[in-house]
Amino acid sequence: MEGVGRMEAEGNGRGYLSERGWKSWAFTLDHKRIGAMYLWTTTVFFLIGGVFALLLRLELLSPQARYFSNHTYNVFFTLHGAMMIFLFIIPAIPSGLGNFFIPLHIGARDVAFPRLNLASYWVFAAGFLVIIGSLVAPMDTGWTFYTPYSAKSAAAVTTLSLGIFLIGMSSILTGLNFIVTIHKLRAPGMTWHRLPLFIWGMYSTSIIQVIATPVVGVTFLLLAAERIFGVGFFDPTKGGDPVLFQHFFWFYSHPVVYVMILPAMGIVSEVIPVFSRKPIFGYKAIAYSSVAIALGGFLVWGHHMFTSGMSPLANAIFSLMTFFVAVPTAVKVFNWTATLYRGSITFEAPMLYALTFIFLFIVGGLTGPFLGALATNVQLHDTYFVVAHFHYTMMGGTVMGFLAGLHYWFPKMTGRMLNEKVARVAWALIFVGFNVTFFTMFILGVRGMPRRYAEYLPKFHTENVISTIGSAVLAAGILVMCWNFLQGLRKGAPAPANPWRALSLEWRAASPPETENFPEIPLVTEWPYGYGTPKG
Amino acid sequence: MSDPSGEHGDPAVAFESAKLGVWTFLATEVLLFGALFTAYTVFRIRYPEMFRVEHAKLDRVLGAANTVVLITSSLMVVLGVDAIKRGKARLLEAYFGATILLAGVFLCVKYAEYAAKFHHGIYPRTNLFFSIYFMLTGLHGIHVLLGMGVLSYVIILSRRGRLSASYYTPAEMSGLYWHFVDLVWIYLFPLLYLVG
Repeated sequence: MEGVGRMEAEGNGRGYLSERGWKSWAFTLDHKRIGAMYLWTTTVFFLIGGVFALLLRLELLSPQARYFSNHTYNVFFTLHGAMMIFLFIIPAIPSGLGNFFIPLHIGARDVAFPRLNLASYWVFAAGFLVIIGSLVAPMDTGWTFYTPYSAKSAAAVTTLSLGIFLIGMSSILTGLNFIVTIHKLRAPGMTWHRLPLFIWGMYSTSIIQVIATPVVGVTFLLLAAERIFGVGFFDPTKGGDPVLFQHFFWFYSHPVVYVMILPAMGIVSEVIPVFSRKPIFGYKAIAYSSVAIALGGFLVWGHHMFTSGMSPLANAIFSLMTFFVAVPTAVKVFNWTATLYRGSITFEAPMLYALTFIFLFIVGGLTGPFLGALATNVQLHDTYFVVAHFHYTMMGGTVMGFLAGLHYWFPKMTGRMLNEKVARVAWALIFVGFNVTFFTMFILGVRGMPRRYAEYLPKFHTENVISTIGSAVLAAGILVMCWNFLQGLRKGAPAPANPWRALSLEWRAASPPETENFPEIPLVTEWPYGYGTPKG
Repeated sequence: MSDPSGEHGDPAVAFESAKLGVWTFLATEVLLFGALFTAYTVFRIRYPEMFRVEHAKLDRVLGAANTVVLITSSLMVVLGVDAIKRGKARLLEAYFGATILLAGVFLCVKYAEYAAKFHHGIYPRTNLFFSIYFMLTGLHGIHVLLGMGVLSYVIILSRRGRLSASYYTPAEMSGLYWHFVDLVWIYLFPLLYLVG
């Protein structure tokens, strides 16, 4: 790629942050500002959801319910799950970083429908306001809202259903916008096989958002209709079937775990080659495995229901499909590792988080087949093994990928550099804290401790204390990281246009990018991974 | 429904983008109704007798009349889009106005049907068949209402002179959406009224 170093920051326009005042944010059509609003919003919910998690760990310090009543504990784990899922992890990378970087990556000035993009944010905002409103009678159903309990619970389920419906609508509109953007607004020369892998991840994610989300939307409508009109789809006394709710719910909620993980995998695919100074290994395999995961992910939802009373044949098919969907995931891990092989690796904060992603995701990924296999599932279902598994994939995977992205793109988004030393200290605390917290849960789960109870048998006491200590270390790491972000925002050193010497297009824009992104639309002649070789 | 006009340099790209956007949106809509059709299938297989007895309580004549009304409205939309492609804005407004009128007729008939059911003490909670009937036709009715709003918006755009033979994206896109709404009813009518 010719002279990326020379091409940087010749823009004469003004940075996208130069306008001031709340109106310049609330009515902005700039994808970068909308992305930034999502990032702020979702990060706040991440911190609130984290506080609930810490309260849960606090309660679990002792085998008896000591600090909170059982009901309060149920409310806390419901809010932790629902907030983390619907208000943080689903929107954070796609709507936050995706909004910011998709147009920059493909060499466009904005997304295809900027006004729809702004509308998506405000529908999202309406959604979380309604969800906050539902806290007058907070949910205690768990984030899965299974009927028949959710149809009968005294909590504000109807209000919450509306909130989640709005969040889902926002998610659909964002996905739709991205699909069209990636199809129609690529810069000249930006062929599909020259797209950064982050874009492949986001494209696959958007497909899932568009196809799967309406089903959960209708599910929550039906749940609300059950409470308002007495519709009996999920009510066995009226001939309905609670398992149908589970089918509908997981038809969305399983694919949506790929909405969470695919963008993070995309970020890792960006970071690894930059900090290994090597071309990505197996570009097409990584790209198409994203699509394969997105499509295959639609066929495995039943593995959440092995103990719900499906037919043995359905169980067997869903189990088999689950093993299949592990294959493209493994393909990615293999390719990242091969990219590292004999690269000249440096360990800046983005790379530390990307490597952490690979490490933790292998643990989370490999424990998946234990749960996908029928015999072991019956043993492990609804134990702490499941809690450990999905925290390794969702927090160890997605959140680490998200943090890799935040550290990687912080100079681009803010125009300022982060303090590298503090970033590494925060990383170390997060890494250690995370593993102490969650690895312990694998052991607890195998030994039979069920999830979602405020009380437990005394024989699990030691591990629970260790896990709670781990959660405190993890929280300390997150706090140090947040402090570092705030310090960086306020007084970080000015960032050059391309601090990491990366080749993808966003680094050709200024730091922070000007409103129009590029002085003129770039002409793309090569893929973005030609590191360390004379020709990509 | 977003109107992407004026946000791209290239009008051809804007048109293509809008088209892909609407089709993607329709994919979402298919899945939205898809969940309800799945529920229909599950319960119909489980309770064939209930579906046979209960569906007879629906008014086939009104249902058939409504089908004709909606198909005619789709024809009006097609003629309207064709008119603006030939630059005839007033004609577009007339045809789209007719579409909205027919949509209104559809909803009035639907209202009469609902009222008759309530009068006979039949509610969504009565049994699973009517749960499905009211949920499906209710969701469809909301879509008809939204469609009327979208078509009205196109008429307003046209009155303001924003549409022409060279730029008719909103008319075409709202037409696509309206055909979808129509198509859903084409499935609902036989599944609910005719098939015992």
